[in-house]
Order: sequence, then C-alpha cells, then structure tokens
Amino acid sequence: MSVRVLRPGLLTSVQDLGRYGLQHLGIVPCGAMDPVAHRIANALVGNAATAATLECTVLGPELVFGRDSLIALYGATFEARVDRKPFPRNRPVFIKAGTVLATGAASRGARAYLAIAGGFRVPEVLGSLSTYIPAGFGGLAGRALKAGDVVPGASDLRELSAARLAQIARRGLHEVSGVRTVRWAAPELTVPYGDGFTVRAMEGRHFAQFDSASKDAFFGETWKVSPDSNRMGYRLKGPPLARARAVEILSEPTCLGTVQVPNDGTPIALMADHQTTGGYPKIAEIAGVDIPGLAQLAPGGQVRFVRCTLAEAEAARRTMQAQVRSVEQSLGWEHGR
Amino acid sequence: MAPALPRVVPLGDAAVLVDFSDALDLAVNARIQQLAEAIRRRRVAWIRDVVPALGSLALHFDPERVEPQLQPLDAAAALVKDCLSRRLPNLDDLARTVEVPVCYDTEFAPDLAEVAERCKLKVEEAIRRHCASPHRVLMVGFAPGHPYIGGLDARLSVPRRTTPRPTVVAGSVAIANTQSVVYPFTISGGWNIIGRSPLRIFDAARQPPALMGPGDRVKFTSIGREQYDRIAKAEKGEGAE
Repeated sequence: MSVRVLRPGLLTSVQDLGRYGLQHLGIVPCGAMDPVAHRIANALVGNAATAATLECTVLGPELVFGRDSLIALYGATFEARVDRKPFPRNRPVFIKAGTVLATGAASRGARAYLAIAGGFRVPEVLGSLSTYIPAGFGGLAGRALKAGDVVPGASDLRELSAARLAQIARRGLHEVSGVRTVRWAAPELTVPYGDGFTVRAMEGRHFAQFDSASKDAFFGETWKVSPDSNRMGYRLKGPPLARARAVEILSEPTCLGTVQVPNDGTPIALMADHQTTGGYPKIAEIAGVDIPGLAQLAPGGQVRFVRCTLAEAEAARRTMQAQVRSVEQSLGWEHGR
Repeated sequence: MAPALPRVVPLGDAAVLVDFSDALDLAVNARIQQLAEAIRRRRVAWIRDVVPALGSLALHFDPERVEPQLQPLDAAAALVKDCLSRRLPNLDDLARTVEVPVCYDTEFAPDLAEVAERCKLKVEEAIRRHCASPHRVLMVGFAPGHPYIGGLDARLSVPRRTTPRPTVVAGSVAIANTQSVVYPFTISGGWNIIGRSPLRIFDAARQPPALMGPGDRVKFTSIGREQYDRIAKAEKGEGAE
C-alpha cells in the first residue's frame, strides 16, 4: 500500500502533462491544469516532469502514507498539517510510514500538486496517466479520488525516498513539525497575488463579428470566475457579449485557452479538459503563458484581459519556459542530477 | 480547377487553424482528410496533434519542442503549402470501411416515425435510405469517439430538434440536416434519434479506442432486436474494464 485516502477533498485527481496525439479522435489532452506547478512539484522530489502527481482543488485531501516517502506540496497555498503540525510547503519533505497529511482550504490560489518520489503509478491509458473524468478513463479508475482509495506509488518508494533524502541532505536538513526537510523552498511562479489577475489574450478568429460594445467589454471589464467553472472551462461572469451578425459557424477545432461565446453571451475560457472541437464563436485566445495563473483562480476570482500579439505571446511563453527549466535544473542539482 | 489554398491562421500561440471553408462541402472535407494524413506522414517533431474538422484542420504544437528560432505559424503555413503542392495520399487507401449495425426498432428510435413523416417517406424506406447512403466520417469531436458523419441521403434531411433531450443513450444513431452521429456516451443531444447500435463506439482500453475515425467510410446495416441483444452482450464481455 502506498497512499490511502482518508478524505478526498473537493476534487483530487491523478494528473500528468497530458494525453497528446489523439485529438483527432475527440480525445482531449487533459493533464495538470497548472502544468508549471505540477512540474516543479515533481522536480522538488527528484522526479521527471512526466511523473504523475495529485492535483488538489480548493479543498485538499487527507492522506495517510503507508511507507516512508519523500513528498512535496507545491502551488496554491493550502492549509496543510502533518500529524496536526504545520506542513512545510514548496519543498521536499521526508515523512515516515503511517504519517497523516491533512490539507484544508486553499487560502491563495486554487490548485496544488502533491508529488511523491517515483510518482504515482496508475495504469497508463492512451499514453498518459491523467484522469479524464467526463469520459471516465485514466488516472485512478477514471474518476476523482474518494475515501478509502489507495493510490499506488513506486514499488521501491521507501528506498527511492531514502536515497533522494540522502542527496538533498548534503546541504543540511532540519526538523520541522516532526518531519525532515530542507532549509530552502522553491520560488512561487504561478499563483497570482491580490484580487485581480491580468491575462494576456489575442483577438480570436471571430472577434470581428462581435459588436463594438462587446469588443470593448471583453478587453475592458473585470470578469468573475463563475461557480460552474471546472476543468473543462471557466465561465466568466460579466456583461453578456453578442455578435453584430450571428452567422452560423461550422464546428471547428478549439484549443487550450480558446475563449468561446455561446448564445447566452457568457464567455467560456477552455481549460485542460476542453472539448477538441466546438461551434461557438471564438472571441479570444489566451496566451499560453497565462494559463497556469488562470488555473489558480478559484470561483469568484477576478480576471481582466489585455490585448497581446502572437509575437508577444510566443516571447512570453519562451521566457516562462526558460524560467521553469532553470528552476527544474536548480532543483535537479539538489538531487545530484 | 485547382482548389484555392486554405488560409493558415493562428489558434492561440500553440496551434494553427488551416481554414478551407465556412460551409460544409464533402469534397473539401475529403481534401482536409488527405492533407491531415500527408502532414502526419511528415512526422514533424513539434506538431503533436493533427485534427481534421468539417471545413478546417488544426495543427497543435508541442511548445517544448518548438525550436527557439522557429516561427511556428510560418513553418506550419509552409508545411501546408508544400503538402498541397504534391500528390496527397489517396483517401480510399487510408480510410477503413466500418460496418455499424443499427436496430431501428421503435423503442430505440423515438424520432424515426416523425422523421419519415416529415420526409414523406415510409419508415422502411427511410431506413433503407439511411443504410444505402454513402456515409463518411467528416470529424470526430464533442466527446471522445463522437463521429460527425456526412453523406446522408438528401431526402432524409430534417433540422435538429428544437429542444435537446437531457439524455441520449450511448449507441444512439441520430440525424440532422445532412449528417448522422452515433453517441459514444450517454449525454444530452438535440439530433433526431432513429436507431441504436449495440457496438461500443468508444473504449479507452481498445486499440484504436474510437470505432470510427475521421475519413472512415461508414456502412449502417439494419438489424433486428435479437441480433442487437446478441451483439450488445458480446460487446459487454469484451470491453470489461
């Protein structure tokens, strides 16, 4: 037994970097909503970026670890306790077999990733370990975790955790709340501070079809993430948007970050579990660099859109990629890689 | 006449849309399927998904594999142009013919009588025409393995239902306008249900997971209730998870 679920939290699922190459069969990529946080969580415990983590959403799970484990919780700030004492976040933590990690509500951000040395080992489905809940496949039995579940880890979890602990111990360890950890923490990269978050977006393919009030509103108003937002898409509450001419649109491919506007005028930003095709007009395309930050907004969170060009979006993405790689590399050093 | 070159436009910063047509045209769609296959055969490392749709085609990039000096939009446009300037793969060579048995009995076909009446056809004639139509999958989307199938007999053209049903049972075969669909999951839907197939339309544990892929020919065949039950039972045993 590796990790047993005592309390599942609001929505905790096994995710990796996604399922690609099958969108022509209507199979969505899924994967971590905040892939940057997922990657850094993995790097903290010495894993490759492709290892599976547990994505915890808004209200986190309570878990008991069956073996000595090197773990890390990175991303949104969750109230987290290890055997009732504060759990050190954003760093590798060595916990003994039988330890209980209880996470509560997120106080900043919406999603944190729990990584374990060697990764969570669920069966690979169509090239990925990610859970796709709407169609019920991938991850652990194709669904969110529930109480009583056992999530398997590596068969050599204990040895792997001990070896990796020995590596990072070279620069010193200390004991906090009865667990062994390091004196440093990974920088926070994705969780926005404050109330509002500004998202860079390019005009979508059908932007010109919208009336001028709607065009101004999209890039001018503050939008609120609606409670019926999920891993498929974020519904954004604000003034209803309308097209000047409602021409019929042939169903066409969509992508992560497409903002489409159904007939009710409420824009939907497509997230990790989005449908691969859609027939609604596309008012905007969110720059990839801002997807992780958007994924960290909980319902009620506020977002503004600012225009950017394709070249700006590409440059910003490259800068972010370089930053993530450099953090991964520096953490890799700690693990002797 | 040489077909017009499609427009290659950005779809965010990690994909492009190759836009052929705003209107549904089966010949154009066939060309989209051919281009999709031609691009797949190039095995471009930074293109991770090639998604043909009704009148367009998306190429999704892997941002981790796009070389820093590469302009993906320009490179994708050049790739499309180059593929279209050469002989495209023959659709008939690469497409499979998928036989889909359908039970058109009333209990599985709540809208068949109404469809037949609107089309001024006898129910048997409507079934015969649905089975005889030269169907081809134009796109898979909306849900995993959910095919949009073109080629429906023009006499069977009816609009979508004004009120969608909250649940349509998996395997249901439905029509609207010029297309047919087969629901892979029990989901909501507004198309006119004319029958049900006992086959598993999508099974993540199967290879390939989708019964019908884009470009495939589809042959619907009419089966009776007993045959439906027999096939449904066999499919259940096979696809157990």
